[in-house]
Amino acid sequence: MLSNPDLQRLVFGRFSLDDIPFHEPILQLTFAIVAVGGLVVLGAITYFRFWGPLWRDWVTSVDHKKIGIMYVILALVMLLRGFADAIMMRAQQAVAFGANEGYLPPHHYDQIFTAHGVIMIFFVAMPFVTGMMNYVVPLQIGARDVAFPFLNNFSFWMTVSGAVTIMISLFVGEFARTGWLAYPPLSGADMSPGVGVDYYIWALQIAGIGTLLSGINLIATIVKMRAPGMTMMKLPIFVWTSLCTNVLIVAAFPILTAVLALLSLDRYVGTHFFTNDLGGNPMMYFNLIWIWGHPEVYILILPAFGIFSEVTSAFCGKRLFGYASMVYATVVITILSYLVWLHHFFTMGSGADVNSFFGITTMIISIPTGAKIFNWLFTMFRGRIRFELPMMWTVSFMVTFTIGGMTGVLLAVPPADFVLHNSLFLIAHFHNVIIGGVLFGMFAGVTYWFPKAFGFKLDPFWGHMSFWFWTIGFYFAFMPLYVLGLMGVTRRANHFDDPSLQIWFVIAAFGAVLILFGILSMIMQFVVSIKNREKLRDFTGDPWDGRTLEWSTSSPPPDYNFAFTPVIHDLDAWSDMKKRGYARPLQGFKAIHMPKNTGTGAVLGVLSIAFSFAMIWYIWWLAALAFAAMFLVTVLHTFNYNRDFHIPADVVVRSEGQRTSMMAGRA
Amino acid sequence: MSSATEAGHPAGPHGHDHADEGGHGSFKGYVTGFVLSVILTAIPFWLVMGDVLGNKLQTSIVIMALAVVQIVVHMIYFLHMNTKSEGGWTILALIFTITLVVITLTGSIWVMYHLNTNMMPMSPHDLMHHKP
Repeated sequence: MLSNPDLQRLVFGRFSLDDIPFHEPILQLTFAIVAVGGLVVLGAITYFRFWGPLWRDWVTSVDHKKIGIMYVILALVMLLRGFADAIMMRAQQAVAFGANEGYLPPHHYDQIFTAHGVIMIFFVAMPFVTGMMNYVVPLQIGARDVAFPFLNNFSFWMTVSGAVTIMISLFVGEFARTGWLAYPPLSGADMSPGVGVDYYIWALQIAGIGTLLSGINLIATIVKMRAPGMTMMKLPIFVWTSLCTNVLIVAAFPILTAVLALLSLDRYVGTHFFTNDLGGNPMMYFNLIWIWGHPEVYILILPAFGIFSEVTSAFCGKRLFGYASMVYATVVITILSYLVWLHHFFTMGSGADVNSFFGITTMIISIPTGAKIFNWLFTMFRGRIRFELPMMWTVSFMVTFTIGGMTGVLLAVPPADFVLHNSLFLIAHFHNVIIGGVLFGMFAGVTYWFPKAFGFKLDPFWGHMSFWFWTIGFYFAFMPLYVLGLMGVTRRANHFDDPSLQIWFVIAAFGAVLILFGILSMIMQFVVSIKNREKLRDFTGDPWDGRTLEWSTSSPPPDYNFAFTPVIHDLDAWSDMKKRGYARPLQGFKAIHMPKNTGTGAVLGVLSIAFSFAMIWYIWWLAALAFAAMFLVTVLHTFNYNRDFHIPADVVVRSEGQRTSMMAGRA
Repeated sequence: MSSATEAGHPAGPHGHDHADEGGHGSFKGYVTGFVLSVILTAIPFWLVMGDVLGNKLQTSIVIMALAVVQIVVHMIYFLHMNTKSEGGWTILALIFTITLVVITLTGSIWVMYHLNTNMMPMSPHDLMHHKP
């Protein structure tokens, strides 16, 4: 680009036009599709004059409900990217046998499996979980927003910035070829000199800030902002699991940040924390990253457990069986999740006593989890079960997750792990618990709370299609991997020699296609539901005969959630209120004090993308500039005293009056 | 942020009254904390500069112990933590934090030490340290 190499380096760092992968036909095609799709979206926004509302009502919004919805949209968009990676891998492994090399060369295949793992965990599961908690927790505890509304908006935009950074790596440069945890020495400067690992580090560091801050925010919300009368043992179970998840986030994510910071020091300034020479020790990286990594697993699954508990009790029409034991099981899991991390590297050379300690703690953690399964079963026992879609996801989860849990206990036996580690058995196991647990939980949650968020139910036909495709597709895609793993096939291979294995990979690829249909049905479900929204409209605010407070307000809830803060007398507060013949107050409304929207979060998000891009490509002037700008924007924001307003009483009267006529019109 | 907090939930049960907490400390409290901190910082300097104990291991153990005492002093006098503040939530958080820090540190040391003892000696330096 510039003729003088020194000047070139000063201005563009290590970036040059050669880093844009023009020579990869797959990426060219992807880029063309993304460019066309992006232009269509931008054109549509312009055509429908949506830029103004988009900025005013969504980007700058500090409303926990809108931020929650945006988190879930981010998760669904990234799910498409992560699934595209998955189906490419399945297709490659189904054909690449013997003389056939498949269509993905190793350097490309390695980037794909790394991107798949990173995206699915950090940019699908995490935003999904955070979005659910953001939307539901304040409503369930009778609050008007989270404790720190601006911080919430900022956290969301940091998560988006991380996702954007990782998406940039698709078209500019490359992504890491190291696997989703980027173990050194492979991820060190010697073995991975390119930009891939730096993309990995900065995407996670930025998103990690968002995750940590939203964790603090939700803990403060749950501890300080519960409606009067809602003692800890009257908390809805989803709030309990959210609390434990956020405690885990706050305790675990700093470890990830520190480990990645040490890895960056190794890569950028030549320290030797995790190198093989000069006193470094890669095993310390394994150790530290799994002290974060194992709690992370429970960060994802606990909110899903909470959703299943809410769904089970709502659709069986009775109180959750063993509420107290459910709470204690959750708390015990929270603590125990810190005592098992070594089971991720049993084979790394610790002796029998270390391995057996961690093997036993791992088996112990399955006890509280098993207790939960029995609680759900006993809630269903002699309940009036309504097999609506959320309940179907729950039942499918209970079957699938139990299988995944049992293979997990199998892997917890160190001698068995020596045989099965790094094999496709492990891959089958964790997809079994993450898809069957986390993802099914989130789908149950989306179907359950969608009418609350948008005021109409989701179309059941396409929902059922999606459910059956996902469930059956899951079994087709992952049961063959158990078989292959038991036969000793290792993970992350892009070519196989033994043709007798091929049939299993073909079956797995067929399963992935079924899951593709599941995802397409889900998209279809949203489209059809939006089209038929008048027919699916929920006038009551309580379409499922729910039991918790979020169903006591309108669907969608007003900006202020509750005109009057409810007073809680019992667990399952709304169910209790209905039983006592609760009458909605129709007068006496007052002005409501609310936080004001702000664009600072989005601005900081854009600046942090610029900063991380500059750090990845060694464009030091841009990094310094972006950092200075971030600092300036943050300081200036503290001088913004104009950050609250009152919703006037007559506006409250009007919106509550609308609700009254809506409920009357239907009755 | 406090205005936004109130906006979010004006009628909260634990609102913004600090009546149930120890308040934000008194002048006397801060001075006590400061003096204790200075003393606890001066002792380690004295131990190292004057080579008082004459034994490196002992010196480092004493310094570590004093550092732990210093942490407690900060928590009591500067962070105003006691068993009753915030309705017991701070002490609960502290216990949880200590548990996790202890697990993380002792666990890491145990795991890493164990790995090293099971490693093959890689260099002459290692050989010297791995004599049975």
